[in-house]
Amino acid sequence: MSARIYPWLFVAFLASVPLWIGNQYFLYILTSAGIFIIAAISLNLLLGFTGQLSLGHVAFFGIGAYVAALSTLGFDLEFGSARFVFPRQPVWVGFFAAILVAGGFGLLIGKLAFRVRGAYFVIVTISFAQVMRMIALNWVDLTEGPMALNNIPPLSLWIPGEGVVGFFKKEYNYYLVLVLAVLSYLLVQRIVRSRVGRAMIALRENEPLALSVGVDVTRYLVVATVVSAGMAGMAGALYTHYIRIVDPDVFLFIYTVTMVIMVVTGGKGTLAGPVVGGFIFGALPELLREVASPEVQWILYGIAMIAIVFFLPQGIVPALAARFAARRGPGAKPEPEARAP
Amino acid sequence: MTGHSSGRLSPPGALLEVANVAVHFSGLVAIADLNFRVPEGRILSLIGPNGAGKTTAFNVITGFLKPTAGHVLYRGHDLTRLAADKIAGLGVVRTFQRTSIFGGCTVFENVLIGSHLRGRTETWRALLRSARVDAEEQALAGHAREILDFVGLGARSGELAGNLAYGEQRRLGIAIALAADPKLLLLDEPAAGLNPSETEEFMRTVGRIRERGVTILLVEHDMRLVMSISDTVVVLNNGVIIAEGPPEAVQRDPEVIRAYLGQGYKRAAG
Amino acid sequence: MDQFLQHIVNGTILGGTYALLGIGLTLIFGIMRVVNFTHGELYAFGAYMAYLLVQVLQVNFFLSLVLAAALGVALGALIEFVLLRRLRGADIDTVMLVMIGAGIALQNFWQLAFSGVAKSINHPFPNLPLVFGPVSVAPIRIFVIIVAIALLIGFYLLINRTRIGVAMRASFQDPDVAALMGVNIPLMRTLTFGLGSGLAAIAGALLGPIFVVTPTMGDLVALKAFAIVILGGLGNIVGATIGGFVLGIVEEFGAGYISSGYRDAMGFLLIIVVLAFKPQGLFAAKERIG
Repeated sequence: MSARIYPWLFVAFLASVPLWIGNQYFLYILTSAGIFIIAAISLNLLLGFTGQLSLGHVAFFGIGAYVAALSTLGFDLEFGSARFVFPRQPVWVGFFAAILVAGGFGLLIGKLAFRVRGAYFVIVTISFAQVMRMIALNWVDLTEGPMALNNIPPLSLWIPGEGVVGFFKKEYNYYLVLVLAVLSYLLVQRIVRSRVGRAMIALRENEPLALSVGVDVTRYLVVATVVSAGMAGMAGALYTHYIRIVDPDVFLFIYTVTMVIMVVTGGKGTLAGPVVGGFIFGALPELLREVASPEVQWILYGIAMIAIVFFLPQGIVPALAARFAARRGPGAKPEPEARAP
Repeated sequence: MTGHSSGRLSPPGALLEVANVAVHFSGLVAIADLNFRVPEGRILSLIGPNGAGKTTAFNVITGFLKPTAGHVLYRGHDLTRLAADKIAGLGVVRTFQRTSIFGGCTVFENVLIGSHLRGRTETWRALLRSARVDAEEQALAGHAREILDFVGLGARSGELAGNLAYGEQRRLGIAIALAADPKLLLLDEPAAGLNPSETEEFMRTVGRIRERGVTILLVEHDMRLVMSISDTVVVLNNGVIIAEGPPEAVQRDPEVIRAYLGQGYKRAAG
Repeated sequence: MDQFLQHIVNGTILGGTYALLGIGLTLIFGIMRVVNFTHGELYAFGAYMAYLLVQVLQVNFFLSLVLAAALGVALGALIEFVLLRRLRGADIDTVMLVMIGAGIALQNFWQLAFSGVAKSINHPFPNLPLVFGPVSVAPIRIFVIIVAIALLIGFYLLINRTRIGVAMRASFQDPDVAALMGVNIPLMRTLTFGLGSGLAAIAGALLGPIFVVTPTMGDLVALKAFAIVILGGLGNIVGATIGGFVLGIVEEFGAGYISSGYRDAMGFLLIIVVLAFKPQGLFAAKERIG
């Protein structure tokens, strides 16, 4: 019982941050880190629990960003003489559409993952993200191409006493991201600690054995990709409404790599891993901005990734958990979702 | 065309019937024409030299390999048309020749995964985590504990499976299979690498599994084990059955002695 | 029809360099089971070395190409020696993560060293295109395709007709037996990675004078090389050569008849379509379970 309280204490601490932090810039950093943490949590479901290395994860993030932007801005397209007009939608319609459309693409990728595995799957997912980027760059009528979609309205909510409030303030966005990050965490937690999650872990650990006891691995792989993609799409929608501009660069491979680094550093296949990794690599670039150029930062990222694989292959969270268990003495129950070397 | 519609009844008493199964790997014949029946409630052993096609036969029966020709009939189903997980759903469960466990999970979780088919919880229900889900989890946990005690791993349930000793990992492999509620259990060299006392222990376990009403199909190299627990022995050589019958008869069969058991066995058998 | 021939010629020239990239990548995957995410960075490295030699150090153009290739071999061998040698036996995902990290570090190092401003490389060929009936081609492009084809043939002979090639293939098919036969497996792996990298570097040095040199020039090209390798089947050198030419021609036609903006999308669509229908690539064999 006592161990369960720590995550909530941490959430309570995070909730108190806007009350005492003086520098609004830090709030901005934490909010963008939070958006990336949601994306990393979603990637972890696929990478950490089903064991499928998906390197096109940013595609779902970008799809969510574009769907949210386009639905709230509206668009019109001309096909020859026919004209299709999509009127502006309320922000929350766009928000949920982002989740659904990204989840739909997740369904396609999940079905494909059943057919192609390993190196092939990795290359297919990278290609998928690249095709999305090409479409965003070239379908100018829809996406404005490299000109980017601008003036995207912020999310808004009816707040008692204040009426409908647009989330222009940093605090509102901060709390929104915090709530959604906690919900994402809980959602993944419920899945992985259930029969469904055990089936995903079984696929990661030993696919033939899983099949031999009747686990329909395809089904659970598809569940994982759909949930993962939908959640990444939600993170993309949050990003769109927070930054309020979206361009084809959201599909860059480098963002997938950032998510992967977060998950791997924190500890893939652990619930807390992406959160820990997300805080480190979400906040680091902003903190390093003063002292290091982006190139130097990326060089450090690359080296960090190599160093983690060499020296801390399981990631920070399992390493800490192992040290903690060792101190409590032998026989202590290991983290239920901890991964073996 | 095939003559084996899914409604066809297996002969009385036979739980599984392997009929005219052939497997070719890019021109190489792994199994030429395999036919045998596994009577319900019995222990049938499939023996033969390495490369005789025993594991291939297991792979065909459990849906890991589609045969080039032939059928596998089980309670009116043609297993060659079903995917591996669906076959397990019918109660046909296998173990693997090489130790096969979920190494990164605890022993307890290994058996919980094994009892996947006992559960009903799907994604939505897992997310809502109703009282029904909790009740199911408790039932599964009880079932898992019972199976771990049955194979003698009750005290190890919190350990990471990858950290178990070899013999314990073999037992865990059987526990995972048992958790899936097999009606027909296929054991692929379960005693490989076990020391004599572990093998002794394992023989008793097989006997107790049979007492639970499970029919057993066994592939094994340890002849003493095979001859002492089998009801029927089928001898396979070069993808063809060369003898079939009760252990005593097979042991005396001259062709078996010539083709497979050889001089060493005669000496060992005294 | 005239356009058609022109597209074929352009596509073949482009395809020649794609094939160079593709066989380097497929060799490394086939022999070492490494998905090389630094391939694009070695391509950029080759181009930058050519730039450095030709523009800054005023070295002869042809000698510069040779030196760029040699430096590519050296950098590749170094990467293998420092990183991959420690990862033998690691699972393929782990190796991929390390190679991604290395790729990011290298690309940003080029950016730091040479800035993001595009560089161009002067070449000694006349700029006036040669005209063959309906088709016109710049002389530098003819030079590039001749060198590419010569390298492809030379490489094919190296792998299939020389002792080193036999040793390489043996250490891929059965490392234990090869080791017993006296093949120095670690050396073969270093050599393989170095040669594959050298091919990427020479491709960059050849295309640098035609296009421009930027730190991120390897990004798309590396992904295209993956497409080629998948088309040909992972580890299949002849397949990768064919795949390179197919992709070059498909891109050229896609750009000519559909839209030039989607030129680069062709390869990826090709990957997705091929894998959706032929999950193990066009020529690969199926694996067995059990």
